[in-house]
Amino acid sequence: MYAARRIRQAGTVTQEPTVAAHATDLRKVYGSGDSEVHALDGVSIELRAGEFTAIMGPSGSGKSTLMHCLAALDTPSGGEVVVDGTALSSLSDKALTRIRRERIGFVFQAFNLIPTLTAEENITLPLSLAGRKPDPAWFDLVVDTVGLRDRLDHRPSEMSGGQQQRVACARALIAQPSIVFADEPTGNLDSTSGAEVLGFLRRSVDEFGQTIVMVTHDAVAASYSDRVVFLADGKFVDEITAPSREEILAHMAELHAPTAPASPTAPTVSPEGEADAPPARNE
Amino acid sequence: MLRLTLRNLFARKLRLLMSGLAIVLGVGFLSGVLVFSNGLSTTFDRIINGSTPDGLVRAEGGESFSGGALGTATATLAPGDVEALAALPEVERADGGVDGFGMSLLASDGSLVGGTGAPTLAFNRNEAPNMAGEPILELTQGAWPDSSTEVVLDDASADRGGYALGDQVRLIAPYGELERAATLVGTAELNGGGTAGATLLVFDTEGAQELFLDGQDRYTSVSLTAAEGVSQQELVDAAERVVPDGFVAVSGDDVVEESEDAIGAFLDVISTFLLVFAVIAVVVGGFIIVNTFTILVAQRTRELALLRALGASRGQVTRSVLVEAAALALLASTVGILLGWALARGLAAVFRAVGLDIAGGALTLTPGAVLTSYAAGLLVTLVAAYLPARRAGRVAPVAAMRVDQVIHKGSLRRRTLYGAIALAVGAGFVAAGLAGAPNGTLLIGIGAVLWILTVAAISSVVGRPVLIACRAAFGRLFGTTGRLAGENALRDPRRTGATASALMIGLALVSTIGVLAASLNTSVDDLVDEEFTADYLVQSTAFMPFSTEIGDRMEQVEGVETLSRQQWAGATLDGDLVVVSGNDDAFTDVYDLDVLEGDPELGQNGALVFEETASRHGWHPGDSFRLSFPGGAVAEVTVAAVIAENPSTSDISVPLALLTREGLTRQDSTLSILVEDGADRASVEADLEDAVGAAPVVGVFDKESFAEQIRGQVNQLLYMIYGLLALAIVIAVIGIVNTLGLSVIERTREIGLLRAVGLDRPSLRRMVTLESVAIAVLGAVLGLVLGVAIGTILRQQLREDLTSLAIPMGQLAAFLVIAVIVGVLAAVIPAIRAARLNVLEAIAEE
Repeated sequence: MYAARRIRQAGTVTQEPTVAAHATDLRKVYGSGDSEVHALDGVSIELRAGEFTAIMGPSGSGKSTLMHCLAALDTPSGGEVVVDGTALSSLSDKALTRIRRERIGFVFQAFNLIPTLTAEENITLPLSLAGRKPDPAWFDLVVDTVGLRDRLDHRPSEMSGGQQQRVACARALIAQPSIVFADEPTGNLDSTSGAEVLGFLRRSVDEFGQTIVMVTHDAVAASYSDRVVFLADGKFVDEITAPSREEILAHMAELHAPTAPASPTAPTVSPEGEADAPPARNE
Repeated sequence: MLRLTLRNLFARKLRLLMSGLAIVLGVGFLSGVLVFSNGLSTTFDRIINGSTPDGLVRAEGGESFSGGALGTATATLAPGDVEALAALPEVERADGGVDGFGMSLLASDGSLVGGTGAPTLAFNRNEAPNMAGEPILELTQGAWPDSSTEVVLDDASADRGGYALGDQVRLIAPYGELERAATLVGTAELNGGGTAGATLLVFDTEGAQELFLDGQDRYTSVSLTAAEGVSQQELVDAAERVVPDGFVAVSGDDVVEESEDAIGAFLDVISTFLLVFAVIAVVVGGFIIVNTFTILVAQRTRELALLRALGASRGQVTRSVLVEAAALALLASTVGILLGWALARGLAAVFRAVGLDIAGGALTLTPGAVLTSYAAGLLVTLVAAYLPARRAGRVAPVAAMRVDQVIHKGSLRRRTLYGAIALAVGAGFVAAGLAGAPNGTLLIGIGAVLWILTVAAISSVVGRPVLIACRAAFGRLFGTTGRLAGENALRDPRRTGATASALMIGLALVSTIGVLAASLNTSVDDLVDEEFTADYLVQSTAFMPFSTEIGDRMEQVEGVETLSRQQWAGATLDGDLVVVSGNDDAFTDVYDLDVLEGDPELGQNGALVFEETASRHGWHPGDSFRLSFPGGAVAEVTVAAVIAENPSTSDISVPLALLTREGLTRQDSTLSILVEDGADRASVEADLEDAVGAAPVVGVFDKESFAEQIRGQVNQLLYMIYGLLALAIVIAVIGIVNTLGLSVIERTREIGLLRAVGLDRPSLRRMVTLESVAIAVLGAVLGLVLGVAIGTILRQQLREDLTSLAIPMGQLAAFLVIAVIVGVLAAVIPAIRAARLNVLEAIAEE
């Protein structure tokens, strides 16, 4: 499988790589005055079409915020995001909703599915919200790829965590979006289920030419990607292409050691990665 | 633990506000009704106590006829009788009184002062003090009347009539000459303060005698004042020795008691009527508390489990929820009681508008009302919160570690079983009632209440088809958004059911009443259609008798072929009050009586008797019985014929001449008119209207307008009941708002996900709104089905009066539409809140 991936990647290099989305000097500030926190501090990044990009960084590095801004879920305080040729900053909520519905797919860490809908209904949700019908051939292909043919009538509560995440992946792909964002998609899964999900994401890049951006802090998960981007303290730090798990771990160790304790602006966080959430969230 | 509980309470201000509001409204209504009822009885107590002398001499049997609708006594007292009483050593003073009923005061613009709600009391002014030795009437301006053409009014009536001192006051007399005038020389106030809306016309003795006693120097009653050291009983005993036949002496205390009983019965009807709706409101509020606390406990499962894991006992957790409920109840009841005080003033204003004037000072928060309101608020809230609290105690400590919240499904089946049993028991009550068991209507009522409560409890099961239909309809109309809304309504059927129950109860009652009222109207139409054989009927809308002059004038109207007069009189038969109709000879020309036995020719002393009355007394034609009229006249009457019940006359009908012969003053209660063939009805009707002149309470009705008038009265009551039930609906709406709000909070993450995958804000709002509509429609459908069923069954039970069944389809459809509107309105705030949720926060939570 790895071999196949390398071959394909070698193939893509020769093509003119188009950009699925890019961000320029992206800034995100929470709070003001003394309590001001720069979650993103001038990040510029290009996400190439047909590439599987992993965003990594320690807790509080801004990786989730970056993804949320790229995915039209959050509005940056400064800078610009362009998805599939459309600049997001000037768009209304309605237009952003349409972009999310038609050009972006999502896989979240948990609570990916609507509990009242069956697997099939969950998969086709982005299309049915737009009042469209799925292309049957594409639907069959996606369903067979994730291996959920016999689970289509099941509700989320009747499926395992891994199956639920595969449904979420299928949903992310059904509208044939320009780009799929995955936020710790394997965070709640055991390693076997996690490998299944990651394998499926990999195949969708290799076989369907899908663009995927995944936020993770798991080196194993990141090793499925074509390119790993490292963030720390809201800044772009480093990137490696075609990474191995060892390379990633080495980079991570480097990031953790010097910067994290020294950073005065990084929000204090619990170990379990809710760091990128705004600190002053009113419930 | 207590501090944690209270902190919990204040940490959730919005939830507190919403669930508290249900209690506030319920308790508010309750305390409002209590304060109002109390004010009502205080007002009358003051008037009665302030206007009753130590002792009273009056016509025997006269006490039952207060209000005067059934005429006056057959005998009067001579000045000599008053002097004899005054001469008794036990009597300090005796004052002859002349009272008359049936007078009306016209405002300067010709309209009726005081409406038809409260009576108009006309009497002579005398110096008799009340039991406390104070004057009964106090002059507020001007002077007491000094001649037969002078009058004093109570302040409020003078004001409402637009009269100032020196003005000519327009009066309609019940006897003799119809229209009169007198000069307003003063205004007065009852010692008790206020008149509760009654109109007082005070004349001098001569003037009153001229009006009511044909100018004879006679009296209708004597007020006695006891001499120093003489008790009321001694006073009465002494007076009895000189009181002429047909009259009795009664102590002031007895008069007060009688009056309070008589008024009390009337006030009780009003209070009970209002209390019923207050109780309904409180019960509906209880449903909302159950629901709110159930959701709150479910949402706090992890927190409660954590407490359990940290060592809190089951009892502590349960108690903490109950204490939270109690604190909420106390707070909300306090607000409710204050609201109730304001509401009582509102009610007083409404009643003032229909002529029942409650003194503002009487509307006070009595300790009783406050205690009852707190007790009701606490009791309902604690009972309602008990089940959720117990469930909270049962949360296993391990639940703290679980991510998912478990929806209990286990006991739905058991609940269905119990529900089915309860429905069957209810059906048993209803069947027993319909089968003619004693107290049948009460049994049906018990069965109906059981049904309503059971359906409320199992609405999650019986309502499922409705929700599935909603889901299908929404899916078809609104696509995926609609389907999602339908699914949401179905996902926790208990919650949806419990929320809908509050609305269901309100609509079940509304549609029951609707069916009964529609049936009543149709039955009245049928009855009028069948029995209204006169061309015109002349009657007072207040059922007060009126002067014969109106009939005299009408007889002169061109085109009138037959005019039949009827006078009602109160009499006692074996100690029971009966209403006797005195009919003239023309009566049988107008009405075709269904004679079951005997010959309807009455002669001098003959009587027509309704079948039921005859069988109760075992009478047949030829049997005789004695009717005693107030004032002592006794008539020996012979049954001439037994007739089927007929609304054009009463239980016992006698010749009109018999009443006159026994000494009753001639008045008319009803005139029935037949028009000549070929006469111009329009001009006849116009002439009849002219003959009524200024008398505003007397109306000329043809068949249609008569039915219309009754329908108007039925509908007025109907709308009043609808208005009172509207509060229950408002509380139900709050319940929906509350549930939706909590559901939105609970589904924050899901909403975030939907927004992330492409649900736009308007669609999200639509989704929440449609869920709300589904809840409302569920409540409406269950309520309407139950209400129509109960209404139909009650109609069957009351079939003797409600001869035909009518289902007001238009109204029911309107209720359904209102329910949908209610659903849409209830969703406004939760939908806005849901749409405002930040997508990111929603999905990034935890």
